[in-house]
Parts: sequence; C-alpha cells; structure tokens
Amino acid sequence: MSSLTITNLSKRFGRKQALDDLTLTVKDGEFLVLLGPTAAGKTTTLRCVAGLEKLDSGTVALDGAVVNGLSPAERDLALVFQTYALYPRKSAFENMAFPLLARDWPPDRIRQRVNEVATLLRITELLERRPAQMSGGQQQRVALGRAMVRNPRLFLMDEPLTNLDFKLRVEMRAELKRLQSELAATFFYVTNDQVEAMSMADRIAVLDHGKLQQVDTPERIYDHPANLFVAQFVGSPRMNTINCRYDADQAALISADGVLKLPLTDAQRAAVANATDSSALIFGCRPEDVSIHADGTVDGKVFVLEPLGDRTFVDVHVGGATVRVRAAAAYRAEEGERVRLAFDLPRCHVFDAVSGLTLF
Amino acid sequence: MRIAKQAGFYVLLGLVLIFFTFPLYWIVASSFKERADVISSVPKLVPFVDFTPTTNNYRDIFFRAETTTGEGSTVSASADVSGFRDRLVNSVIITGASTLLAVFFGTLTAYAVSRFTIPLESDLMFFVLSTRMLPPIVVLIPVFVLFNDLGLRDSYFGLILLYTSFNLPFVVWIMKGFFDEIPREYEEAAMMDGYSRFQAIYKIVIPEAIPAMAATAVFSIIVSWNEFVLANFLNRDAASTVPPYLNSIIGVGAVEWGRLAAASVVFVLPVVVFTFLVRNHLLRGVTFGAVRR
Repeated sequence: MSSLTITNLSKRFGRKQALDDLTLTVKDGEFLVLLGPTAAGKTTTLRCVAGLEKLDSGTVALDGAVVNGLSPAERDLALVFQTYALYPRKSAFENMAFPLLARDWPPDRIRQRVNEVATLLRITELLERRPAQMSGGQQQRVALGRAMVRNPRLFLMDEPLTNLDFKLRVEMRAELKRLQSELAATFFYVTNDQVEAMSMADRIAVLDHGKLQQVDTPERIYDHPANLFVAQFVGSPRMNTINCRYDADQAALISADGVLKLPLTDAQRAAVANATDSSALIFGCRPEDVSIHADGTVDGKVFVLEPLGDRTFVDVHVGGATVRVRAAAAYRAEEGERVRLAFDLPRCHVFDAVSGLTLF
Repeated sequence: MRIAKQAGFYVLLGLVLIFFTFPLYWIVASSFKERADVISSVPKLVPFVDFTPTTNNYRDIFFRAETTTGEGSTVSASADVSGFRDRLVNSVIITGASTLLAVFFGTLTAYAVSRFTIPLESDLMFFVLSTRMLPPIVVLIPVFVLFNDLGLRDSYFGLILLYTSFNLPFVVWIMKGFFDEIPREYEEAAMMDGYSRFQAIYKIVIPEAIPAMAATAVFSIIVSWNEFVLANFLNRDAASTVPPYLNSIIGVGAVEWGRLAAASVVFVLPVVVFTFLVRNHLLRGVTFGAVRR
C-alpha cells in the first residue's frame, strides 16, 4: 500500500474552476474520506489521481514519486465507480479476472486468487453470473472484488454506496471499514453523505466549490468545524444558525431581533474581537447542544414536534429564527407552547458572517 | 366473433404479403423461364404447371459469352467473355472494401468525437453530414475530370474511395450516437484494470458496439452495392460493377428478360443473405437508444 500526496492541484472545465489549488495527503493505510456536496470537485479529484483526467497544474505523487505523466494502467490504482462499471458481457468471475489477465497471470493462479477474494467478499456463488443477473449490492461486491484481486497501491472509491438501498448501505459501511483494516489498505473515498464520512473515515477532507475547507478527524470536524460551511454540512439535522451582533457594552451576543441574548466568556469575547465586522456574526449550535429547560435563558415558542422514537426534535421559534432542539423521546408539547431554551455555550460556535470562518 | 376477427387479420396480412412479395416472386419466376414464357401475354405464374423451369438464364449470364448485350464497341476482350461474373466480383470487391473502410474509420472517428473534447466539434460534425447533402450526380462531372487526371477511372480504388467517403458520414453519425450511449466508465474501468486505451476500446467497447457496426455495415453495403450513376460513368470496363451491367442488358434490341431477371436475383441475393445473418444485431443497433435502461 502507498501514500498519496496531492499538491497545488488545479483543474478547470471551460469557465468552471473545478479544483482550486488543492493540497491533500492520504497516509499509508489510512481511510480518508473526501466529503462535499454535489459538484464540489470530489470526483474530479479522484479522476485526477486515477490518471483519467489531465491536471491543469499541480502534482499527484504516490509514495513521494510524482505520477503526473503516467497512464492509469501504469499508476496501478484501483477505482470503484459509483455505477460499478462492471463489463456487461463478462461474468463476475471474468470481471474479477480481467485485471489479472492484463498482468499475464497464469489461469490457475487467476482462478485461485479470484476465488480467494470472492470468499472474502462472500460472493463465491455469484461468480458465473453476468452483471445483469445480479442485484445492486451484488454488483457492488463484484466491483470491489475486481479492485481487490490485484493488491493495488491505493483504493479510489467514487461514492460506491450511493446507488444501494438504505439497509444495504448501512451494512456495506461496516463491511468496507472491516475490509480496509483487514487489508491494511489505503482508501481514498469520495462521498456526499456525511454519515458515511463520519462512520468510516480515519480523517475527513471537506471540499466545496473546488476548495479544501478542512482536513481532520471526524470528531474534530464535528466539534471544531473550520468554517460555517463545514459546520452546516456535517451533522444531521444541520446546525442551527442565527444572525447576531456582538454588543461590547453588555459583553453579549444579541440576535438581530434582540430576542436571543447570550453573555460571552472572556476567551469567547477575545475570539469575537477577531471578526471582520462585529455586527455581522452568525451564532451556531447543534440540536443536541440546546435543551428545553425551565432554567433556560432564552424565550421561545414551540412550532413543530418530530418524534423519532429514540429522540424527538422540536422546532422552536426564537423571535424570527427557528431553533431545532433535540429533546428526550418522551417530550411532548403543544404548538405555540412557551418554553425556555438553555444553550450549552462552550459547545456552540460563532462564525464571521463575512469570511465564513469560525471565531470559536 | 374472435375467430372471425383473427381470420380477417390473417387475410389482410396475406394480402399485404402478396402485394409486397409478388414483384420479387415475378423476378425470381422469370429468371427460370424460357424467353417465350417470359413474354407470353398470358401471365405464367406457377412453375411446372404454367411453364417448365429452366436454369438456362443462369448458365448464360455466368458461363456464356455475351452476345445480345449492348455494350458498344468499347467493350474489351476480357469483359466480353463473361461480363456478369466479372462484374459481380468487381461489385463484391468494391462494396466489401468500401464498407470495411467506412465502418473502420467511421467507428474510430465516432469514438474520438464521442469521448474527447474536440475544438469546433459541432461544426465538424455538421460538415461531415453536409457532404451527404449533395446528390452524387451533382459532383459527377468534377469527379469524372478529377479521376481522369489522376488515372482513377475504371479502377477499384477510385470507386472504393468514393463509396467510402459517401458512407463515412452516415457511419460517423450513427456510431457517435451509439458510443454516447455506452458509459465511458466501461473503458475507464479497463484502463484502471491495467489496459491501454486502445486495448480498452478493443476488448470492452467494440464488443458492445458490434450491433451498431453491423447495422451501419448493412446500410453501407446497400448504398455501395446499388450505386449506379458514378459506377456507370466512371468504371465502364475492367472495374465495372453490376448495376450498370443490368442497365446495359436492357440497352439495345430485344430485351433478354430472363437473363435480366436471373442477374437481378443473383445481384439481390448477397445483400438479403447478409442482412438476414445480422438481423438480430440490426434490430438492436437501430433501436439501441430507445430500449436501454
């Protein structure tokens, strides 16, 4: 297995800047997830690494050696496509044997190796079938098998679970993670599903509009987002945001309509002082960091309840803003009921509305 | 009631079938008739009843020297021996070669246009198509002069060149549409698996494209095989093809209907057989875009 280093990678398609000065390292044996919304440049990044796309500038290096000029075949990477791209005229066995044929393996060794991988993926009974005779999940496993038979230097995965139904997706998440650690393989995995990223990644790289937003462990990404985009993209339901200003006289954060008023600590005040414009701030808190509590400091009105069995989400109107609160499963309230909200301020964030950066 | 409906349907079907196949039957039947039976004012329809079948016409066109065809005084000695047989060979060579070339180059061109970003792509594709907008007869005189100067008149190469260029636009357009429908992930997967782009095309894309290639080949064959105008004016002697020959039989004096019919049958047969052989591919090639998931 190898490490991957992408340095100052830029790529444009016509007028659209698909990737802008991207620098990223995937360590040997690491499961790195490249996370971002549709059209963020994730797949382009993967294709540049694979050699299927020419770079405008920058370098791609494997184990420190630049591979820019090499063809996809010469790079010896495996790519699992979102659509699986199994060869329709070949059986599962032939699909998996195809990379080995390219390397002139003798037939008996190919048979042995394909069977080995098929056993690992539990698809031995599918080997004679054609892609059209398999379900999506089965095709997915064969596509993985085709990638795994030859011990590539790197596994590139382009949203491999997106086309599966929900139940299978959850199963395959665990399965992929198991395979990755069993093979001690380097995974460079692209997805737009933040749950996938959180559950599988050693580290997550968040990409938006071709620009890298943050690279860090899932925990750090979740608890310490670098900017408003990361904060809102990661986490479900998404983080609540309220436009605010900082009032120096009261040493507090005050929402535009004055309903929300949160006193800040010294450290938080110092952080807020770095803002481009202290009257253009965005207060952010996740649903689990705010609670409905008699001792709360902020007035609100219940708007809607969403009981999910193990928890209940409550949308509360705070002045003109709506705050989603995660409450206990048994919590019940009438629409329009007056409640008080308590914010767990150390876990909340304030963002610079101008630059989007996290202040604290 | 339902039976009556079905019966009516089959009667209608039978009538339509007769309407379309009778002319073919008439030609085939005539090719096995003696001259007297052909020109008889009472139609002679049923073999062995109305007339006694003979293979003389076939023997004549294949093995006997032409005597009654109006080839004029320029006919060379070699063409005189068995005009039809030589011309059939010429037709096969010219049609075969031009079809192979058109499908080969057209497929490669279509692949490139489909997969790569080419400057002025839509203009180029329109330009390719625009060469089909002129009927061949319009360019006949310039082509005649050109071929005369280049020494391409009455050569295989000249007609092959012309037919290839007539068929190329068709092949390029059909195959481009077809390649657009084949996900590029297939060959990209092959390239990731350790193959070069050419290997990926050869091993993965072409097997997918065979139906469309067969369909375009059939159309190319029909166009080249039946082409009359250019063949008639450019290749009059050694490299002459069948269509002008059929015309020349009618040419002068008494028409040899029997031989004409025999020659027509032999001429039509190869295309029918080829089309029949690739009919499954043909259907899939033509309806490709419509039925894909």
